[in-house]
Amino acid sequence: MSAIANAPAHDHHDDHGHHHKETFITKYIFSQDHKMIAKQYLITGLIMGIIGIAMSILFRIQLAWPEQSFWVFEALLGDRWAPDGVMSPSIYLALVTIHGTIMVFFVLTAGLSGTFSNLLIPLQIGARDMASGFLNMVSYWLFFLSSVIMLASLFVESGPAMAGWTIYPPLSALPEAISGSGTGMTLWLVSMAIFIASSLLGSLNYIVTVINLRTEGMSMTRLPLTIWAFFVTAIIGVVSFPVLLSAALLLIMDRSFGTSFFLSDIFIKGEVLSHQGGSPVLFEHLFWFLGHPEVYIVLLPALGITSEVIATNSRKPIFGYRAMVASILAIAFLSTIVWGHHMFISGMNPFLGSVFTFTTLLIAIPSAVKSFNYITTLWKGNLQMNPGMLFSIGLVSTFITGGLTGIILGDSTLDINVHDTYFVVAHFHLVMGISALYGLFAGVYHWFPKMFGRMMNKNLGYVHFWVTAVGAYGVFFPMHFIGIAGLPRRYYTNTNFPYFDDYADVNVIITVAAIITALVQLVFLYNFFNSIFFGKKAVQNPWKSNTLEWTTPVEHIHGNWPGKIPAVYRWAYDYSKTGEDGEYVIKGQDFVSQITPLQEGEEELNH
Amino acid sequence: MTVFLVIIVLALLAVTGWQISKIFQLSQRSDADTSQIANDKDNKSNGILMLAFVIFIYVITVYCFWEYGRFYLPEAASEHGGEYDTLMFISIGLIMFVQIITQGLLHYFAFKYKGKKTQKALFYADNDKLEFIWTIIPVITLAGLIIYGLFTWSDIMNINEEEDPMVIEIYAYQFDWRARYSGEDNTLGKANVRFIEGVNQLGVDESDSYGEDDKIVTELHLPVGKPVLFKFRSQDVLHSAYFPFFRAQMNVVPGMITQFGFTPTITTEEMRASEYMVDKVESVNDVRKERNEDLIAQGEPTLDSYEFDYFLLCNKICGQAHYNMQMKIIVESEEDFNAWLEEQPTFGSTIEDSNAPAETEEAPAEDGNETEEPQESEAVAVLDKE
Repeated sequence: MSAIANAPAHDHHDDHGHHHKETFITKYIFSQDHKMIAKQYLITGLIMGIIGIAMSILFRIQLAWPEQSFWVFEALLGDRWAPDGVMSPSIYLALVTIHGTIMVFFVLTAGLSGTFSNLLIPLQIGARDMASGFLNMVSYWLFFLSSVIMLASLFVESGPAMAGWTIYPPLSALPEAISGSGTGMTLWLVSMAIFIASSLLGSLNYIVTVINLRTEGMSMTRLPLTIWAFFVTAIIGVVSFPVLLSAALLLIMDRSFGTSFFLSDIFIKGEVLSHQGGSPVLFEHLFWFLGHPEVYIVLLPALGITSEVIATNSRKPIFGYRAMVASILAIAFLSTIVWGHHMFISGMNPFLGSVFTFTTLLIAIPSAVKSFNYITTLWKGNLQMNPGMLFSIGLVSTFITGGLTGIILGDSTLDINVHDTYFVVAHFHLVMGISALYGLFAGVYHWFPKMFGRMMNKNLGYVHFWVTAVGAYGVFFPMHFIGIAGLPRRYYTNTNFPYFDDYADVNVIITVAAIITALVQLVFLYNFFNSIFFGKKAVQNPWKSNTLEWTTPVEHIHGNWPGKIPAVYRWAYDYSKTGEDGEYVIKGQDFVSQITPLQEGEEELNH
Repeated sequence: MTVFLVIIVLALLAVTGWQISKIFQLSQRSDADTSQIANDKDNKSNGILMLAFVIFIYVITVYCFWEYGRFYLPEAASEHGGEYDTLMFISIGLIMFVQIITQGLLHYFAFKYKGKKTQKALFYADNDKLEFIWTIIPVITLAGLIIYGLFTWSDIMNINEEEDPMVIEIYAYQFDWRARYSGEDNTLGKANVRFIEGVNQLGVDESDSYGEDDKIVTELHLPVGKPVLFKFRSQDVLHSAYFPFFRAQMNVVPGMITQFGFTPTITTEEMRASEYMVDKVESVNDVRKERNEDLIAQGEPTLDSYEFDYFLLCNKICGQAHYNMQMKIIVESEEDFNAWLEEQPTFGSTIEDSNAPAETEEAPAEDGNETEEPQESEAVAVLDKE
């Protein structure tokens, strides 16, 4: 019945790769196996995540108890950046900048999309590996190199980049304007240029693999939604990352070779600079042409993972598969024409503001459709509350909460008074930060058995989820209110405005919630690393899932399937499908794997 | 040393956690379910927690609106601000309505359909009618919001030149603001950073006769009820001129002149006397009093009691003292305004004065931090050295 059964045991033509002995170096370090590369991405991403979150805790402490002395500042930042244990304004800005950069690019782009695209694309479409294992390896090592350079910039004497993660020039171009715009900024730009190269190599590989290497019977409409999400994410990445690269290159030119792409009419430290005719607004356009699609590069993989995890754990097909695919495509298309909503008050023509308001609010429609479809998928399900499922439901919750405030920010009129306030911080942390992190966690809990052949502890997973869920709302919900009250972001302290004095208590609450939430991530880390070595051995298909990756053996082998690659006969969501008689299609089993041919009398749904 | 201690403590904590988990494992009965896959008990407890969680979301929402809702800015002090607030309240009302319903459904379903061994899920993959409904509803609502928003937007942004607004330049530099009034001719003299020299800190072109009667000040005064058109110019990096009380904001871009216009409608005096502001100032002063008690205990200088003034602040990261780049704004009656403006020296006279006695003092533009907040200046002075 199954495709594996009728595969000849020694199919040498198809079954290559696991004959030759692998050395430690080819297996664990310069591996070309997509599963190992996925693990490398994940662990690098987690380490960057630890650093990024730790930074946020440092500056949250400063915001709650401004200009107080803390031993932790002295220990971590040293005398130069925290004289007498009081954080200096420069390092505050540096922490904010590097936190943003690390979380957006290194954790949520590489750590999330890199990990799961690599792990799942070949496994779920039925391929032996990526189209080019070598490019895939190069992609990871470029990512690793860019991470090292980014971290190295923390130890530069004049400090790391301090101009915000958006690095708007002239601030980012002029070391005279802020010390971090010296060597720190150079390293930031070099690191990001390498990162972009890594991301492009990865994305091209994903696209080629999905288009060419699908197994027999795996039509595009039978792809699991994870693959659709990764595929479309890769396309947006290829379209938009090069634009950031060009912005970075032009900025490097302005900084080092005296060109004037972004600089004009500047008088600083008693001197007029020779730059003439450039415009910082041009940089903003180029930056956000990537910057906005980047939000979806971060979010779509998380939504894809959620679709898969929710369907599996609800024991129900995802509701509205075609609508889900259409929403992903619509979001991807719209995401490239909405960047201007970051620039309503940048000085660009107000008419452009109107256009971007229009396109921005349009993007709410596919997002709404996705949310409703998730909710309907839960309806009348048989929900298995595994930790991955909890994080997926949590994602839908934060995606709605954060997405709704986007209606305010996307409206050019309303943006006038909440632009760059804490309202924005609350909005994007919920909708892309927390949501994407939940997607990452959902993916890790769900596919851990596939990655490491062992199970993570579910009870620790429950503790992790519930404390995080409450904590995340505790951090970001109150933030909306101080934002709408006019409190600007990126302020080292608010004490210079007595008007803001009575918001101080809110900042303390936010910081306490942030510290608790950050601490509970240690439970996750412990669970993660402990389970790699001591977790309970996993069975082949622990979640009773339909997709192809669960038909591979628990032990990893190069080439994924021993013998022939299975053919696919149905879509990925035949959960709880019943025949005419009201019985499950396969008696006593509420799922039908994609490799199971249609049963007698069964109709394939024309989804 | 501290680092070492921290590492030891962390290591010990890790060991403790490991040992506890071991004890936990050992204490489990051998027939216990160790598959690490959710069973009916987990489904039940987490389902109930889902219900509790949505109640938590509702509680935190109500609490925040109750406790922090009062933080919303006072009545808008500009003509277009009323429209802005209406649109804001409509949007907030709408999204809170959707939020309450969708979060309720999401978590209620998670609770209601929590898995049981005996339960069968419904195979329900598609329903075109339903999907059409929840595509079309957002389309209609958003179309309404977009149209409403766009009308307001063009009202605000398209400045009516026929009203003959008073032209004022707002000049930004690290880390302070200046205002330049265009004088009798209501036309600003040409300016460029290349003209910056000596007392001419804003780089006004001395040969341009329109600049003669311009008046450069450190505190922004506005006549109530009169349309004002602000022209923004930056000396060094990006800044953003944020007038929260007037629902106005515009980036200040080096190499480019940006603009924003509004009509102030509430004088500083009126705003101070408003019920909102009386409460607000009282609550701020309560906080400051409490803080003063601590400061006295530590033997440090105390904070002054607070009196409300409008302010303009920088809202685009611009350097290390970004957090303290502000300018006081005073809205007053036209007579008071004219009297005040009369006293200010014109640009022409300032240049003449400085040329007469050999240049005495060249104040570099950077060190100007002359706003009246008592506690800020030391901090900035320290920072500038870095």
